[in-house]
Amino acid sequence: MNQPLPPRRIPAPAPIAMLAELTHRCPLACAYCSNPLQLLDARRELDTQTWARVFREAAALGVLQIHLSGGEPAARRDLEQLTAAAAQAGLYTNLITSGIGLTRARLEALVEAGLDHVQLSLQGVTAAIADHVGGYKGGFDRKMALAAEIDDLGIPLTLNAVMHRTNIGDLPATIDMALKLNARRIEVACVQFQGWALKNRSALQPTRAQVEEAKRVVEDAAIRLDGHLVIDFVPPDYYADYPKACMGGWGSTGLNVAPDGRVLPCHAAEIIPHLRFPNVQDTGLAEIWRDSEAFNAFRGTDWLPDACRSCSRVTRDFGGCRCQAMALAGDPFAMDPVCRHSPDRAKVDALLSEETSGDWTYRRMGKTSGP
Amino acid sequence: MTPDPVFAMPRGVRMRWDDVRKTHVLLGPERALMLDDIGHAVLAEVDGISTASGIAARLSEKFEAPVDVILPDVVQFLDGLRVKRLLEVRS
Repeated sequence: MNQPLPPRRIPAPAPIAMLAELTHRCPLACAYCSNPLQLLDARRELDTQTWARVFREAAALGVLQIHLSGGEPAARRDLEQLTAAAAQAGLYTNLITSGIGLTRARLEALVEAGLDHVQLSLQGVTAAIADHVGGYKGGFDRKMALAAEIDDLGIPLTLNAVMHRTNIGDLPATIDMALKLNARRIEVACVQFQGWALKNRSALQPTRAQVEEAKRVVEDAAIRLDGHLVIDFVPPDYYADYPKACMGGWGSTGLNVAPDGRVLPCHAAEIIPHLRFPNVQDTGLAEIWRDSEAFNAFRGTDWLPDACRSCSRVTRDFGGCRCQAMALAGDPFAMDPVCRHSPDRAKVDALLSEETSGDWTYRRMGKTSGP
Repeated sequence: MTPDPVFAMPRGVRMRWDDVRKTHVLLGPERALMLDDIGHAVLAEVDGISTASGIAARLSEKFEAPVDVILPDVVQFLDGLRVKRLLEVRS
């Protein structure tokens, strides 16, 4: 175990969004799942009343949007009650789902409960690819059937297409799919290498040529579909010269509640062994946000290496991603190794030049060995 | 775009008062925009019936400013939200 961090308390604005990971249970087994390698089973999940209290505390703290996520949130039988509790707290409620486990009747109940928006994941544009990526036979057909119900009920829809080497070539067809499903928005999210995705990186890493082509396709579509489809593109940062502004700055805009009630500054933060994560079962959300060691650890920029603090980009990227610094440089205080000025950049380039693999390890409960 | 569009707030987009930040906010899919007083005043007029010039005329009266100055700003602001799909245009 690492040394505890020195106490810090840096003032922060109120958070805008909260990701509520209601469960880690999921029928799909995507090899890039953003859940931690150590998955929690149902017995560890917060109950309905506790989540409802957390939603009220979030709204009082200034959270405007709640993302009901998982795992697959529909695996929670009380999803309708949880949605109602979030809506009653005044939160804009967004359901992040694979669609599996939802039916028209459940969708109607969710709308009745006050659901504002659905973000539907897309693993591929054909059953063959999607079911292979999700590790769930028949998943694609069920998803398409549900997408038709979402459209029929007029629920605002975002399609969330996670792209990697196997499906990034289908980007034009993916955008067409968003139009066909009447989505208002599509997120073209290239896999970010944390957790399961890092473990499976050699099977998921797109080539530089694939990424360049994807950027071209997105630019083209953004002009062609202006005003019809909003396209948000998350490029893979390994090919970039500078890091991404992870979370818009640590502990500055959002927070993440794990199924067991631990509160994290970002969903990947568990890999930083220096941090202890407070739990909503024994500490109020506002206190966690304002005072906890985990949220204060990397707030501001004074803790960054000199090279970052004197860099003109520091107010834009805040030194990059802490979890990536931990994963690749072994130090959460280091410069994000993606940055071309990082002494660890060679580690990223070495990964990029490694041979690729055709196989990935599906995300499943119980398979928790580290990368 | 039509010469005098009618803007409307689609399902999944709403404006509300944020008592923590003491400001009006516009909420939509993965978007939260903090509105200044002018932005709020313009959006408060968006009802799915009024044309942009109708909105500009009402604001002109309310703020005692010439309508030909207000109209281009109103259209630009609302059309920017349309591009983000936070508003739609009714025909």
